[in-house]
Amino acid sequence: MHATSTLLTPSTSRQPRSYRWRVVDIVIASVIGVASGLIFIVWNQAYNPLSGLLTPLLPGLQALLGGGWLFAGVLGGLIIRKPGAAIYTELLAAVVSTLVGGTAWGATILVSGLVQGLGAELVFALFFYANYRLYVALLAGAGAGLALAVNDLLLWYPGSAAPFITIYTASSIVSGIVVAGLLSWLFMRGLARTGALSRFAAGRSSRTRV
Amino acid sequence: MSLLAPAQGHRAIFRINPVAKLAAALLLAGVLILTIDWVSAAVALACELVLFFWAGLSLKSFALRTLPVWIAAPTAGVTTLLYGQSAGTVYWAFGFVNVTEGSVELAIATTLRILAVGLPSVVLFVTVDPTDLADGLAQVVKLPARFVLGGLAGLRLVGLFLEDWRALELARRARGIADGGAVRRLLSQAFALLVLSIRRGSKLATAMEARGFGAPGRRSWARESTFRGRELALVGIGLAVALLSVGVSVATGSWNFVLT
Amino acid sequence: MTPKAAASVSGASVVARGWGWRHAGRRAWAVDGVDLRIEPGERVLLLGASGAGKSTLLHALAGVLGGEEEGERRGQLLVNGAEPSGARGQSGLLLQDPDSQVILARVGDDVAFGCENLGVPRDEIWRRVTDALTMVGLNVPLDHPTSALSGGQKQRLALAGVLAMRPGLLLLDEPTANLDPEGVLEVRESVARVLERSEATFIVIEHRVAIWQNLVNRVIVLDAAGGVLADGCPDDVLTSQGDRLAAAGVWVPGRGSGLVAARRDAPAGTATLLRTPGLAIARTKAEIVARDIEVEVLAGTALALTGPNGAGKSTLALTLAGLLKPAGGAVLAVPEFAAGAGPEPIRWKSRQLLTRIGTVFQDPEHQFVAATVRAELSVGPRALRQPEAAITARVDQVLQRLRLDHLADANPFTLSGGEKRRLSVGTVLATQPKLLVLDEPTFGQDLRTWREIVALLDELLREGTALVAVSHDVDFVATVAHREYRLAGRAAAPAVTAGAVPR
Repeated sequence: MHATSTLLTPSTSRQPRSYRWRVVDIVIASVIGVASGLIFIVWNQAYNPLSGLLTPLLPGLQALLGGGWLFAGVLGGLIIRKPGAAIYTELLAAVVSTLVGGTAWGATILVSGLVQGLGAELVFALFFYANYRLYVALLAGAGAGLALAVNDLLLWYPGSAAPFITIYTASSIVSGIVVAGLLSWLFMRGLARTGALSRFAAGRSSRTRV
Repeated sequence: MSLLAPAQGHRAIFRINPVAKLAAALLLAGVLILTIDWVSAAVALACELVLFFWAGLSLKSFALRTLPVWIAAPTAGVTTLLYGQSAGTVYWAFGFVNVTEGSVELAIATTLRILAVGLPSVVLFVTVDPTDLADGLAQVVKLPARFVLGGLAGLRLVGLFLEDWRALELARRARGIADGGAVRRLLSQAFALLVLSIRRGSKLATAMEARGFGAPGRRSWARESTFRGRELALVGIGLAVALLSVGVSVATGSWNFVLT
Repeated sequence: MTPKAAASVSGASVVARGWGWRHAGRRAWAVDGVDLRIEPGERVLLLGASGAGKSTLLHALAGVLGGEEEGERRGQLLVNGAEPSGARGQSGLLLQDPDSQVILARVGDDVAFGCENLGVPRDEIWRRVTDALTMVGLNVPLDHPTSALSGGQKQRLALAGVLAMRPGLLLLDEPTANLDPEGVLEVRESVARVLERSEATFIVIEHRVAIWQNLVNRVIVLDAAGGVLADGCPDDVLTSQGDRLAAAGVWVPGRGSGLVAARRDAPAGTATLLRTPGLAIARTKAEIVARDIEVEVLAGTALALTGPNGAGKSTLALTLAGLLKPAGGAVLAVPEFAAGAGPEPIRWKSRQLLTRIGTVFQDPEHQFVAATVRAELSVGPRALRQPEAAITARVDQVLQRLRLDHLADANPFTLSGGEKRRLSVGTVLATQPKLLVLDEPTFGQDLRTWREIVALLDELLREGTALVAVSHDVDFVATVAHREYRLAGRAAAPAVTAGAVPR
């Protein structure tokens, strides 16, 4: 920007999309990661009793609860809209839940966070970080759900029988679509309406100019 | 909560660079996860339980901090017991449930493995100060400083978020909507927490930028993060435990690679 | 290096030529047509109605407004002849909210943060850190946890962090608006000490003029319609623009609040609503903050809860409001007030509180639960299952009374500070409770909102509503309260004086 370049960009024109993270991108992604990490902790505590209820119904169905650990990446991706946002927020949320709450999954939570974040990230990348409509959010949720299933089945339930694998995978994808995809998208839209996202494209696209 | 109040002390473990603790925990986990057999897990667990005497934790705080692991490990074990791959003698079958010789063995291995992977990382993380970890990640591991410090600054808001959460709870009672609908209320509270946290985050970002954060040019470090003898020693111990458990497992013919 | 030598950075000059800024996605310019020249070393108080763009200007000078993605600029703004965004560290910005400015967990690290970003060598950093902490008078160890600091200390910490960068331009954006009177004094004294020893150019925004009046030699008033409204030495500007400034919400010294204190001689009612035999209060189960509290809440009477930070004023208010469980003793409602809901408010259902006790939280955002102002106001009546027509009528009435009718469809979170405060009071009024509990209702408000709140509470008192208000605000207590209950500040200390507000 030059000092004497006055005005002149009509603000209806699309700004060139920048892939470089601004400070506010980094900090808000961190904040989303941290807040999500706290919600993960609540979820960690609810998981054991709830999965104890679901598993006897149909083994593998407990993966329906997996979405509670997947929304961070999708939400981060939807709000920040920069490459790596989904991975960063999901990973940070995982780290926070380990550091603050102390989980049974130990250091492997880093791997889980990374893999699950990657599941959502790949979907956003497929759309060149330019499309953040509802169906993309749902797909990103599904991607995270699939990543969760692959990660869990390899790490925690190796040697499972085929029906278990199928049900577990299907359940985590469904959970990813509903909790991580739909809920994150609704949250993103609601956040935009509160004006909290005024420094982000996510906060401007859904608001009329005032 | 370890993050808000990391255990303080003067024993050697507190001064070790957190990066080394992270590396040791990840190394151990990475190796143990390759196999699913009770021998490797049992050997690792036995070594760990001895090493924990030097972990800088009292028995009481050890029990308290690792409680989730002690609950989760048998839970996952039971799942495997009931729904794991069948092999050998069938003890009990009912619907999807199939308890067999093979699934019993898998269940024991799964339980021990979660303990062997989970306990050391919980124990090592208890003594980690987030500031030191960030210094290490940026200076030793050379991760991008903007992200590491941004994450660290975000972490500091945890305490405020917990206060916000409590105020949100009280406010919902005051507004007359706390009598029922737990799920809806929880969602509304989670949403409000996100709004408040993004607001705080935006102000924090401005404050950080105003102090030159993210400015071009080389950053200096007020605190030096070093990786020396004792850090190498800790990683060495982690490696030794990992190799020992693999060795015993292979020697006894129990090694069972996870992807086969 | 002595602190004096350390601070001897020459002041920066500021030039604005037809400068304006519009945030991305907005139609209106936040600031426009600003022409200014500030010489090195000048000390400026920047005034203007809310919405005049004072903060935007300060952020621009600090180079933190963001790039093209975040808004559009016209005209020119120069610090020392160059774009502010290109030279971070030459200007230092102190913001309003103490909690959101603490960056790291330890005091020393936090002060060092700015120097690190500027690439200052390690030995030099720690020298600067010590100097800066000395200058602001923050005498705590370098590894002291920042979370343990009071609001005033946090602001001084942030100031130290700014000073350690050795800026030539010191920018303060309402640095004391979120502080109690003690914190305000602390920060003012620290800044005064810094200004004595520094040659830095100084610009402060503040609607309570008295705090800074003696430290500045120039007052600039921004016009909400764009441009500069007045500019000159403090006495001249405050005299010539006094009426206009007061109308715009600025606290002009010597004018008071415009409302007569102590005009309410007798309370409108004296029937007891609540008593607190042997009450002890605690935020969390473990830590009792005060015990042996005996207060009586009377209908039509305003009771102010005062005392130093950490004495438990808010905790007491929330306990009286039936939101926190007493740690000992009890809060008891008389049968007429309880109206069949049992003697202890903490055991009342959430819904039963609505018509009995309304609570206005310190941070209005904590109590917002709906997507529009209208929906927000209907939440209470709806929880009471009132008929739809009655709800609409009541909500319309509250909207008008609080001058929020033009904002009925706006999202509550998007309102201005004063509007949010009025709405938070409105959500409570919608269900007409007999007792109103308010936590710092005038905190950080400009004169306009202050007057509105005081006038509204006055009306409620006349109608027979009981008020309990936590407040640091001396003017507010003197104008509204009939009685004052002062918490001493240490859990061990016996109770506390309850009595009439001295007139």
